[in-house]
Amino acid sequence: MSVNTVSLAAYLIAALLFIRALAGLSRHETAVAGNYFGIAGMGVALAATVLLAAHDGISALGVVLLVLAVLGGASVGLWRARVVAMTQMPELIALFHSFVGLAAVLVGWDGYLSVERHPLGPAASVLRVEGTYGIHHAEVFIGVFIGAVTFTGSIIAFLKLSARIKSAPLMLPARNQLNLGALAVFVGLTVWFIAHPALLPLVIVTLIALVLGLHLVASIGGGDMPVVVSMLNSYSGWAAAASGFLLNNDLLIVTGALVGSSGAYLSYIMCEAMNRSFISVIAGGFGIEAPSGAAQDMGEHREVSVAETAELLADAGSVIIAPGYGMAVAQAQHGVAELTRKLRDRGVTVRFAIHPVAGRLPGHMNVLLAEAKVPYDIVLEMDEINDDFPATDVVLVIGANDTVNPAAMEDPGSPIAGMPVLHVWEAKQVIVFKRSMASGYAGVPNPLFYRENAAMLFGDAKDRVEDLLRAI
Amino acid sequence: MRVGVPREGRQGETRVAATPNTVAQLIKLGYEVVVQAGAGERSSFTDDAYVAAGATIGEPLHAEVVLMVGAPTLEQLDRMEPHTTVIGSLSPALDPEFVAELARRPLTALALDAVPRISRAQSMDVLSSMANIAGYRAVVEAAHEFGRFFTGQVTAAGKVPPAKVLVVGAGVAGLAAIGAAGSLGAIVYATDPRPEVADQVKSLGGEYLKVDTGEQEEASTTGYAREMGQDYNRLAAELYARTVPEMDIVITTALIPGRPAPRLISEEMVASMKPGSVIVDLAAANGGNVAGTVKDQRTLTANGVRILGYTDLPGRLPTQASQLYGQNLVNLLKLLTPGKDGQLVIDFDDVVARSICVVRDGELTWPAPTVTVSAAPGAAPGAAAAIRAPAAPERQPAPSRRYAYTAVGALVFFLLVAIAPEALVPHLTVFALAIVIGYYVIGNVHHALHTPLMSVTNAISGIILVGGIEEVGHYSTAVTIVSACAILLASINIFGGFAVTRRMLSMFVRS
Repeated sequence: MSVNTVSLAAYLIAALLFIRALAGLSRHETAVAGNYFGIAGMGVALAATVLLAAHDGISALGVVLLVLAVLGGASVGLWRARVVAMTQMPELIALFHSFVGLAAVLVGWDGYLSVERHPLGPAASVLRVEGTYGIHHAEVFIGVFIGAVTFTGSIIAFLKLSARIKSAPLMLPARNQLNLGALAVFVGLTVWFIAHPALLPLVIVTLIALVLGLHLVASIGGGDMPVVVSMLNSYSGWAAAASGFLLNNDLLIVTGALVGSSGAYLSYIMCEAMNRSFISVIAGGFGIEAPSGAAQDMGEHREVSVAETAELLADAGSVIIAPGYGMAVAQAQHGVAELTRKLRDRGVTVRFAIHPVAGRLPGHMNVLLAEAKVPYDIVLEMDEINDDFPATDVVLVIGANDTVNPAAMEDPGSPIAGMPVLHVWEAKQVIVFKRSMASGYAGVPNPLFYRENAAMLFGDAKDRVEDLLRAI
Repeated sequence: MRVGVPREGRQGETRVAATPNTVAQLIKLGYEVVVQAGAGERSSFTDDAYVAAGATIGEPLHAEVVLMVGAPTLEQLDRMEPHTTVIGSLSPALDPEFVAELARRPLTALALDAVPRISRAQSMDVLSSMANIAGYRAVVEAAHEFGRFFTGQVTAAGKVPPAKVLVVGAGVAGLAAIGAAGSLGAIVYATDPRPEVADQVKSLGGEYLKVDTGEQEEASTTGYAREMGQDYNRLAAELYARTVPEMDIVITTALIPGRPAPRLISEEMVASMKPGSVIVDLAAANGGNVAGTVKDQRTLTANGVRILGYTDLPGRLPTQASQLYGQNLVNLLKLLTPGKDGQLVIDFDDVVARSICVVRDGELTWPAPTVTVSAAPGAAPGAAAAIRAPAAPERQPAPSRRYAYTAVGALVFFLLVAIAPEALVPHLTVFALAIVIGYYVIGNVHHALHTPLMSVTNAISGIILVGGIEEVGHYSTAVTIVSACAILLASINIFGGFAVTRRMLSMFVRS
């Protein structure tokens, strides 16, 4: 038993604990325990790494910086986690992804500085003996590339989600060629770097990857963010795995691959829900067809007052609420939860219908409703509830648009044709909470608003829900 | 929700829809159970036994869910509250008038006898469980009427030949009869138009008599036998004409759903049997398979053959029948109570729930779209897809192409690893395996947990911290400083990620 085997054993345990954590997170009953398994795994991994570092003779400066960095990071992380509002979860997670991306870039650069920079140094000689010196060049390069794409991609996602920049897609001409060109240049530079591990190609590839990440996410609009965020989650995993190859560290490889493949699968689920091709998502800038400008005459929409809505709800036996991003923006979830409680106390069956891509993050609506103390067993997924709409008296659509658009099913020419949607229009009465008659993210007109059984309740969702609470 | 178990209203019904055993299971699902006084009397279950199992004795028809064996009487229907869900063997296909009557009321009616024949629904297939009892009881009734032993014996008083039994139709009832008759010692023969049952007959000790048509054999697509062509019927009749005279007992079970029972055994065949032989016609309720069957009667033909046309065979084993029926109901309610919280949920995306629903809140939903089942692979997914109408067409590549892709993929990986330096191979191995694990671990994640899952994976990917620590304080000062930055970023991720996940998870509560 040496320090080396001890640390390897600890890494194995940590990897298993991480698997247990992800498995636990798939069900409500085991989720909390899953989180603790993850924390335990991280603790084991850190302890083992610190032990190993101490054994290898870490410099005094290193110890000081290590302690300072961990303490600083911990306090910042815990502080952010405590104060973040649940509506801001998407941007927080995007920001965290960018950290992993940047850390991967830094680790990659470290790899270069400690090995390739000194081709005759001890580290490089060891690799030459093992025959992986060339592989190490490739690993540095790939790690930096993936990390940099993740970094700027996540930063752009963060800025878009926090509304610091416009969320409209950036439409450069020939953007697909740009992306492909960047990839081609990356392959060429990799070959160059493997042949001559110099500083210049590494600098160039870092810059190219930073720009590529920027462009990939900039060309995706706000409504597709759930896919983007889980895709970046996956990228951050691959970045960690690349660092693992670089450092010969199996724990990093395993963990990175776990996160990478689970994130990819989650994006795949999202894509299914939007009826989009998975490949075109990974490529970036997907699904941005020019919206069909032909504004057909759909007829007149009907407005409804708060008092009328309250009356409808009072007479209803069953109500389904279909929330969307608008509810998050208006912070209306607490009012909605209060409304739910009042209606349930009166014996009305109230349930929530959640479209898989509602909000800006997979599962975003569920977290918001949970925050407002809506019991999770009345919050149902699209597939679970779609057949119940015909038997429902009133549907409240709060800040959702494209996810309740009947054109997806009925108009084959619509840009969102084929995307599964909530069949709210099958209910006896639909009330749509909306700020104005503007179209949703996809820019597609919504014929739902003009249906005979639909009525509009204009205004800020939060204000309207609160008015409704007073009127009931 | 409350579940009510009334005393059955129809004439001659001896069964009850719940036994003390199943009551306990219903309570576990979150329901309150109300049993009518004396409901289990005719099945030998006392009120005390129900109370001991956790039920209350009271008025069951005011419960939100009413469990019945047979269809409720009109008088019972009138006493139910609006929006009650009534579950029982409603025979919607045979009784359109009753279905219309149901649809006039604001009720939800589920016909337990209409569950599709798919493997998932086997545990609630009440037709099977009742047919099983009927098949067993048919043999017992036949043995009761038959003047000899079933089994062959050599005794001091002489040799006794074994009885010969022909079972027509090897469905559930037929198979139960084959098993029961075989275990009494008889020699059992069986016929069935579906060739795939031959093995099942053999497994119960019977001998399968094949109707040799020379035509292509056909597998059933619904799991039930269908009406056969002219040619087949002629050949089958020849087979019966040849076999029946040698038989002591004939048990017929041939039923085609929604149609009169086929007449398989003619008067001449009955006349050709030996005096003292017994025929049990399990299809008597639908007209009978045998010439001369009288529903619910025992008839004696001129040549001394007894024909039993009893239709209440399951009810003649009321304790057993109630237990199996009650268990079928529990299994159905398990499916319809996904939260195990006593809330009945009828999800039309579920083939089972869709198939059995006759009336939903006063709206006629009968008949449900057909579900195709067969032993042949590949049929079942189509059925599920058919119910989700707007789903995109399946883009599954042809199997051969899938194999080709897999082969090409395997080859590429093989070459990649084969040319990689040896030191890299173990890393590639754990990498590939971890990807697969990640995929499966996430496979059935609950949709509501996507955000917490993402923030936990986010925290976990902060493991890149390990990379920073490995490099800090070793090589040059530049490396150390860069590493410290990486450590700082990754720590924010780890601590922030886990903390925010914990915060989110603590918010999820049940009602």
